[in-house]
Amino acid sequence: MTKLIIILLSAVFINNYVLSKFLGICPFLGVSKKLDSATGMSLAVIFVMLIATAVTWPIQTFLLTPNDMGYLQTIVFILVIAALVQLVEIVLKKYMPALHKSLGVYLPLITTNCAVLGVTILNIDEGYSFVESMVNSLGSGLGFFLAMVMFSGVRSTIEGSDIPESFKGLPVTLIAASITSLSFMGFGGVIENLFA
Amino acid sequence: MEQILIAVVSVVVIGIICAAMLVIASKLMAVKEDERFPVIRECLPGANCGACGFAGCDGYAKALCESSDTPTNLCVPGADAVSKQLSEILGVEFADVVEQVAVVHCAGDCSKTQDKVDYKGIESCKAAKLMYGGKGSCTYGCLGLGDCMKACPQDAICIVDGVARVNQRACIGCGICTKTCPNHLISLVADVEKVVVTCSNKDKGALTRKVCTNGCIGCKKCERVCPQGAIKVVDNVAVIDYEKCTDCPDFGVCAKNCTTKCIMISDLSGMHRV
Repeated sequence: MTKLIIILLSAVFINNYVLSKFLGICPFLGVSKKLDSATGMSLAVIFVMLIATAVTWPIQTFLLTPNDMGYLQTIVFILVIAALVQLVEIVLKKYMPALHKSLGVYLPLITTNCAVLGVTILNIDEGYSFVESMVNSLGSGLGFFLAMVMFSGVRSTIEGSDIPESFKGLPVTLIAASITSLSFMGFGGVIENLFA
Repeated sequence: MEQILIAVVSVVVIGIICAAMLVIASKLMAVKEDERFPVIRECLPGANCGACGFAGCDGYAKALCESSDTPTNLCVPGADAVSKQLSEILGVEFADVVEQVAVVHCAGDCSKTQDKVDYKGIESCKAAKLMYGGKGSCTYGCLGLGDCMKACPQDAICIVDGVARVNQRACIGCGICTKTCPNHLISLVADVEKVVVTCSNKDKGALTRKVCTNGCIGCKKCERVCPQGAIKVVDNVAVIDYEKCTDCPDFGVCAKNCTTKCIMISDLSGMHRV
């Protein structure tokens, strides 16, 4: 149990996918302008990370590893995740139009998002069991959510302030992102010591 | 060799399974979309300005598909051409679009009025307005920091001598600027030659005169000379009722008689004093 909590908390804070591992930077910079779109995108990412892990972990364990085809990991994962997200979109559109309306626009954007692919591959690399993989995916998704929501707050503050002409737009956003990322470095080693 | 074969076959099999799944799912769970929707959406200009009162062009197209009561003449930027196409697709009678342009009800430029403070804050009208009503001595007038200019999707507004001016040829009449101006100085009027009151100062005449030589002093001369009875002085500033101000037998008489010349004639080339 303690291990699961450690996995969850370190995925959220220490190994934050956006701010420490620098995966999923494109939605982080692209969709974080407004709080509601940032929330929608992160919820979609959490959702897709969970189902992607639920499908790719068995594929790796029961198909690729026994047949010595570990080198096919990347291509098979991309294929499966992309198809899966499309399927989920179709199902949502039919049975849950309200959810589709709020997540729908973001789903195709993350079919082969590096954070989603990254979490599935890292789950295998870390040698996690199925439950541990799911917990790690949930934590990574929540970490993405945290980073997106925090950064959308930072960006709305930037929007209202007087910025030198040459820094307007992307430059100041990148600087803000790097400072936010630095602040997360402070979590290093905290969680392990909590349970030591 | 066998290794490669197994790899190729398994990837192909996974691909086929995924494809089959998607095909079946999309057939079984197809959601019917109105086939007119993409056609209608294609007709609309795609500026997503919201002048029609719906959430962007998609919203308007959806409303048109769903309810036949939705008027086809709501798209101001698209004007008659779009209205015509829409009525053809939907099979309803063509309705004329009243093309509109934005006009600024302030002409207190640098030569007419002065700054009361030296403003060194955020370059935004909204922010400046919070500081004692702006830097100008007239607190009703154009703040001149260009919130409307930044909001305009057509770059039709520029700040000339500290006052926003609308390029009526470029203006599509979306009305975004009318909502942005913190002093509510911009309004939409029909895009024909017309008279416009270029002052919004609600102070008494003497006070207005002190801060801006272009200001409306509320002398009611225009009220008396208007043959249509379309002008009324409300809160010390003349207001033109454009429903009555049509087919004027003596067009421009109000502008000619205006004491401070704040009533101007406006056409596509801009505002003119008479």
